[in-house]
Amino acid sequence: MTDQKPFVDIRHAQKSFGALEVLKDINLQVQKGQIVAIIGPSGSGKSTLLRAINDLDPLTGGEIWLEDKQINKKLPHRQYEKHINLVRQEIGMVFQHFNLFPHLKVRENVTLAPKMLKGLSEAEANKLAEVQLEKVGMLERIDFYPSQLSGGQKQRVAIARALAMNPKVMLFDEATSALDPELVEEVNLVMKKLAEEHMTMIIVTHEMSFAESVCDRVLFMDQGVVVEEGPPDVIFRNPKNDRTKEFLRKHLAGQHP
Amino acid sequence: MGLDFSVIPDYLDIVLWGALWTVAITVGAAIVSFFGGIVFAVIALYAHLIVRLPFRAFAFLFMGTPLLLQLFLIYFGLVQIGIDVPAFMAGVIGLGLHFAVYNSELLQTSILAVDKGQVEAARTLGLSRMQSLRKVVIPQAIRDVIPPIGNNMIALLKDSALVSVIGVSELTLSAQRAIGSSYRPFEFYVLVAVIYYIINIFMEAAQRRVERRIQASK
Repeated sequence: MTDQKPFVDIRHAQKSFGALEVLKDINLQVQKGQIVAIIGPSGSGKSTLLRAINDLDPLTGGEIWLEDKQINKKLPHRQYEKHINLVRQEIGMVFQHFNLFPHLKVRENVTLAPKMLKGLSEAEANKLAEVQLEKVGMLERIDFYPSQLSGGQKQRVAIARALAMNPKVMLFDEATSALDPELVEEVNLVMKKLAEEHMTMIIVTHEMSFAESVCDRVLFMDQGVVVEEGPPDVIFRNPKNDRTKEFLRKHLAGQHP
Repeated sequence: MGLDFSVIPDYLDIVLWGALWTVAITVGAAIVSFFGGIVFAVIALYAHLIVRLPFRAFAFLFMGTPLLLQLFLIYFGLVQIGIDVPAFMAGVIGLGLHFAVYNSELLQTSILAVDKGQVEAARTLGLSRMQSLRKVVIPQAIRDVIPPIGNNMIALLKDSALVSVIGVSELTLSAQRAIGSSYRPFEFYVLVAVIYYIINIFMEAAQRRVERRIQASK
């Protein structure tokens, strides 16, 4: 497609728990501004791959690069901690279960990391929180506690919290899977807005129609390997692999009766 | 000989001073036990084995021996090896460390009960292990143990009477002194019991206020 050096570069990623190999020689190159969806049945390794990118689940083999920096480089423990803490500031992550900090108000959820890690003053951090919360449509809830929000609202705050660190890439780990169906759309809209702003995103999802409408590329994973990948219209309309066909048939049967 | 509460006003200043010392010891020891409890919990859960093992022995000393003995050891024992601790300080440190060990046990359990996703979210933002612990995990863990820690603090208030044996003129020892010259044990013990009870009521009220504030963020 392009000769550009990849922005996120996963080379020969391998991960095993004892004898169980959950990722088998995965390669994935994502260009700057690209949006990649990873789909597949549960247990296929898609979340593990995503969580390997910011080293929440470290790989047992292979390399992951963000621009010209290797994320999982071999370093003595202390140096590695320093290195990974800096790398993680550049990678935003959104979880299935939001993981907002329940003891902090929405405002402090967003300002905590920028204040601690980027040395922002109270006033600067507040301004930043207002900008980010405005973007996800949650400004009017800035002084609420997470427990006072709906699931969709929590997830939008979680996105604002990640964006406040001004990340280079955003990872979404089934961001809408835990939501009631009527709350999915508000989160999808925020993600679409990010896509329009050319945020680089890697999205693990079960929402096929969302993946089709937003993503530049789709990976279908099963049993720890990338079975098929390509542009969404090919993967969803005209898949080559039988396992992809089977997965989509089952999945879409539920979605479009 | 009947009861005669009319002697109380003559000795009221002694008893009230005693009450003041009891409050001072309790507040001092409560602060030591709270922050000590946090530090101990973090050591017990996360410190290197070289730190953790001696700490276990220390925790066992405080949980497995009488508080009275610990006070004797700090006040009368340490002076022999050149550490002269004033009685009031010995009381605050002894009571404080004793209850710090109990608070630490509570906190360890609640730290482990904080959802793993909380640390993941904090680490993902770039916070270090220590930063995540300090800003995300420990505040939530403390929130969950405020009621049992409050109970410990009330036990601490009652156990502060033990500090009388190392000569701190707190409430119980003041009562003894008043009784020594008035020969009215029943009257003064009742008075002192009432004063302990009143301090207790204030502590419970404080605890309820803290709990109410926390409730909002649950």
